[in-house]
Amino acid sequence: MSGGHSTYTPSTGLGKWIDARLPLPRLVYDSFIAYPVPRNLNYAYTFGGILAIMLVSQILTGVVLAMHYAAATGLAFDSVEKIMRDVNSGWLLRYMHANGASMFFMAVYAHIFRGLYYGSYKAPRELLWILGVIIYLLMMATAFMGYVLPWGQMSFWGATVITGFFTAFPIIGDPIQQLLLGGFSVDNPTLNRFFSLHYLLPFMIAGVVVLHVWALHVTGQTNPTGIEVKSKTDTLPFTPYATVKDAFGMILFFILFAYFVFYMPNYLGHPDNYIPANSLKTPAHIVPEWYFLPFYAMLRAITFNIGPIDSKLGGVLVMFGSIAVLFLVPWLDTSKVRSAVYRPWYKLFFWLFVVNAIFLGWLGSRPAEGSYVHMAQFATLYYYAFFLVIMPVLGLIETPKRLPNSITEAVLAKSKNGGLMAGVTAAPETKG
Amino acid sequence: MSAHDTAEPTRRDFLYIATGMAGAVGAASLAWPFIDQMRPDASTLAAASVEVDISSVTEGMSLTVKWRGKPIFIRNRTPKEVDDAKNTALSALKDPIARNANLASDAPATDIDRSAGAGKEKWLIMVGICTHLGCIPLGESGEYGGWFCPCHGSTYDTAGRIRSGPAPENMAIPPYQFVSDTHIKIG
Ligand code: HEM
Ligand code: FES
Repeated sequence: MSGGHSTYTPSTGLGKWIDARLPLPRLVYDSFIAYPVPRNLNYAYTFGGILAIMLVSQILTGVVLAMHYAAATGLAFDSVEKIMRDVNSGWLLRYMHANGASMFFMAVYAHIFRGLYYGSYKAPRELLWILGVIIYLLMMATAFMGYVLPWGQMSFWGATVITGFFTAFPIIGDPIQQLLLGGFSVDNPTLNRFFSLHYLLPFMIAGVVVLHVWALHVTGQTNPTGIEVKSKTDTLPFTPYATVKDAFGMILFFILFAYFVFYMPNYLGHPDNYIPANSLKTPAHIVPEWYFLPFYAMLRAITFNIGPIDSKLGGVLVMFGSIAVLFLVPWLDTSKVRSAVYRPWYKLFFWLFVVNAIFLGWLGSRPAEGSYVHMAQFATLYYYAFFLVIMPVLGLIETPKRLPNSITEAVLAKSKNGGLMAGVTAAPETKG
Repeated sequence: MSAHDTAEPTRRDFLYIATGMAGAVGAASLAWPFIDQMRPDASTLAAASVEVDISSVTEGMSLTVKWRGKPIFIRNRTPKEVDDAKNTALSALKDPIARNANLASDAPATDIDRSAGAGKEKWLIMVGICTHLGCIPLGESGEYGGWFCPCHGSTYDTAGRIRSGPAPENMAIPPYQFVSDTHIKIG
């Protein structure tokens, strides 16, 4: 789509006939075969393809689960148990769906961290980044509502706590919560609408993915050097180079996925969700799914009032703000250099951010008492400082390393030093 | 957009604006039922009040009943619990308002205003939902001998008043009345 003009030439009569009427094969050819990709992409760049395939996997397994699932409070838990015990291969499909959600989030976190490391959000890719954040938000909403469907204790209480966030807002809070729940507490109307939306949202995600890929193909991919493509020798055709690399990454990812599904299918879940929902008994320790834990930790870190904002509203604002700040990242980073490879200080702070995010996740799984609260407060501070202080200030004061003149130069320099990539030539596609 | 380059609005300008307005109003009014259907429905609203026999709730015991899908704690407090709550200064409270639907909205959170009133002070009847994010606190636990919320660690005293943790308000007192000495009507 971007790389200038289309090089597609239909060879058969039928091909020509279709091309003149609906040039879909041309679109596919230009986007996934001839499409030029930077020649130095590493495995951090394979998560986009992995995410696409995980979305397909969730939709396929979800649609078949829906054939056996009953969205009513009296039936839901038993229908899921029936899927596990009676439906042919039902256990496999459900474990694929439940663990698939976790794998989906692992991939999206890798994908987002890749973006933060290589500066993928910087001009001209701001909209591409923002569309990504929107996909991430939709994924969170989908996964949250999906987790309510089996109607176990964690489903019920997770839904209660998360819809309770809205009651933090003065005046409009309670009406909004009632609108979400369809009542005064989580009940049958809630389960029904969550099922409807859980079915709908993945297709909306698919729609935003189309926009995301469209925007990608307008600007082209970034690459580990952060230098834009300048000449033809900087790129390779998508097929076979990127296709094969992506496929290999996917296979490794699927091995991990299969390991979870077959050997530890409940490891990432919570045992309390195998207890039917009971609206009169809160489990001793409510925790969300692992992929929400860092945000949960930030929610609970705010135990003090901030001026007129009470601790409850403060926690909710800090939690929502931690995602909202992602939208601003393209404008918060003031550095002229895109990639962390050439930014020694940014690299350090970036890895601290990763460690901090994992630490927050761990804190989210701990009870909110004693020193855990103080640690969470400290980690929340770093989370925000990374975006609001380090990103803008570091870009102005850091001295970056010398940048190579082009991707080709960087690749050739590397092969000279390492010897590993010997045989890399200026035109690898003719290497034979 | 007129055929003649005059400053005067033409009939066509008028039609554009009128059509646009009709379209906007039409779209907005069509959107309303789609939002409106999300609100609590008639059957949910109809479950308005319940009557409870409390004769079996002896001193130091509690009963939980369901009202509008929410748990209602009915507790027959011990004299010690009442005294503990009475002896707490209002200034020590995080939320100094009674939150009692049967009293004025600015009634102070004294023990008498939290309880069923003079002569019935041992009765504490409240919505058993943590005012933080909606979990159900555990009874006779926590630092203040009242309730402890396992979700994010809020503690309430023996009058159901918030004392520590992230919850902002005292647990709510629903509208209720004693229909006889042994029966109450909630809602
Ligand atoms: C973005 C894609 C999706 C994600 C992240 C996702 C996530 C989830 C999660 C986390 C659960 C709870 C699993 C459990 O613990 O049992 C779930 C359940 C469920 N999902 Fe999805 N889902 C997605 C797409 C879909 C689609 C497209 C459908 C189609 C109808 C669907 C249908 C269901 C059904 C019927 C259940 C209940 C059965 C069960 O709990 O295993 N899902 N989903
Ligand atoms: S819901 Fe009770 S402390 Fe959060």
